[in-house]
Amino acid sequence: MVKVYRRTPSRLSSGWKIESEIGRETALTAAVTESQSRPDLRALFLGFSAVGLSGFGGVLPFARRMLVEQKAWMTAEEFNAQLGLCQFLPGPNVINLAVVVGKRYQGVAGAIVAPLGLLAGPFAIVLLLAMLYDRYGSLPLAQSMLRGIAAVGCGLLFAMAWRMGMALKDKPVFLPFTALTAAAIAGLRWPMPAVMIAGLLLAGGVAYWKLGRR
Amino acid sequence: MTLVVELFLEFALLSFVAFGGATALLPEMHRVVVDNHHWLDDTTFTHLYAIAQAAPGPNVLVVTLIGWEIAGLLGALAATLAMCLPMSVLIYLLIDRWESFAGRRWQKAISLGVAPLAVGLVFSGATLIAQAAGFGPAAWGLVAVSVAVNLRTKLHPLWLIGAGALIGLLGWV
Repeated sequence: MVKVYRRTPSRLSSGWKIESEIGRETALTAAVTESQSRPDLRALFLGFSAVGLSGFGGVLPFARRMLVEQKAWMTAEEFNAQLGLCQFLPGPNVINLAVVVGKRYQGVAGAIVAPLGLLAGPFAIVLLLAMLYDRYGSLPLAQSMLRGIAAVGCGLLFAMAWRMGMALKDKPVFLPFTALTAAAIAGLRWPMPAVMIAGLLLAGGVAYWKLGRR
Repeated sequence: MTLVVELFLEFALLSFVAFGGATALLPEMHRVVVDNHHWLDDTTFTHLYAIAQAAPGPNVLVVTLIGWEIAGLLGALAATLAMCLPMSVLIYLLIDRWESFAGRRWQKAISLGVAPLAVGLVFSGATLIAQAAGFGPAAWGLVAVSVAVNLRTKLHPLWLIGAGALIGLLGWV
C-alpha cells in the first residue's frame, strides 16, 4: 500500500502538523515521516514559495536554511553535493536546485512544482511592480528613487564580485582570467557565448593541466 | 507574436552561458536587448535592474521584467521560461549521473575554470549598470559606500536598498 502524507506548516508551532490521508495513524506515522521527511507536491510548492518570497538579492541561503535546517529534506552534505551540479551547470542555480529536490521526492511532477513554487510569488510581485513602473515610472521622483536603488544595486554587484574573487582558489593563476573576461565583456563588448567558450577552454585547460601535475 | 518568439530564442540561447546565474548575464542581456535589438533603452534597462533588486525572489526575475517591458505578459512568461527551462530539463536528466562523475579530473577542471570567468561577468555587470545609468560623482560615492558597508558589515542588503531609494528621492544622486 502506498501511503500519502500531507504535511502542512503549522502557524502556531515551529513543527509540522502531519495528517495521514489513509486513516489516522498519527502517532506512528509521525515518527516514520520525520525520519524519512518525504514532502509531497503541496509541501514542495509551499516550501519553495516561502524560500522565493523571503530572499532579496539571491535566495540560495534561504533555500539552504529551509532544506537542511527547517525541514530536514536533505543533509548538509547532500545539499553541498547537489548544489555542486547546480553551480557547475549554467542557469539560475536556485531554480536548478529546486528541480533536483523536486525530482528526488516526487519525480517529474516534483521537478515542475518545486521551481514553480519558487517563482510564482516573486513573479506576481515583480509584475505588479512593473505595472506601477509603467504607470508612474516617468515621474521625476520615481526616476530619482530608481537611480538611488540602481547605485546601491551596482555597489552590491561590485561587492559580490569582490567576494567571489576572494573565494577563488589559486588566485595568481586564475585571477588573470577574471581580468580577461571583464575586459572582453565590459570593455570590448564581445558577445558572451564566444567569450565563455574561449575562456572555458583556456581557464579549464590550465586547470586540467595543473590538476595533472599534482 | 514573432517578437515573443524572438525574445524566447534569444534568452534561451543566453541561458546556456549563464554561468554564475542571471546576475552574470546582465552585460549580455544589455547587449542583446539594448544594443542589438533596441527593444529597451539604457535608462529603462537600469530601472528594471533597480526594481528587480528591490523585489523579493531569485535574481533571475530581472529577466521577467525585461520580458514584460518588451512584450507584456507573454513576453514576461516567455523570457522567464526561456531562462529557466533549458537548464532545468538538462539538470533533470543529468542529476542521476552526477555522482558517477564526481571527482573526475575534467569535471574539477571545468569547475575551477568557470569560477574566475563568473567573477569577471559579475564585475562586468556592475560596470555596465554604472555606464548605462550614467552615474555622476555622487552616485559613484553611493556605490562605494554600498560596497564598503556590504563587505564590512552584516547589514541586510535590503536596508542598503531602502537607503538608496531614500537618497534618490532626496535628489542627492
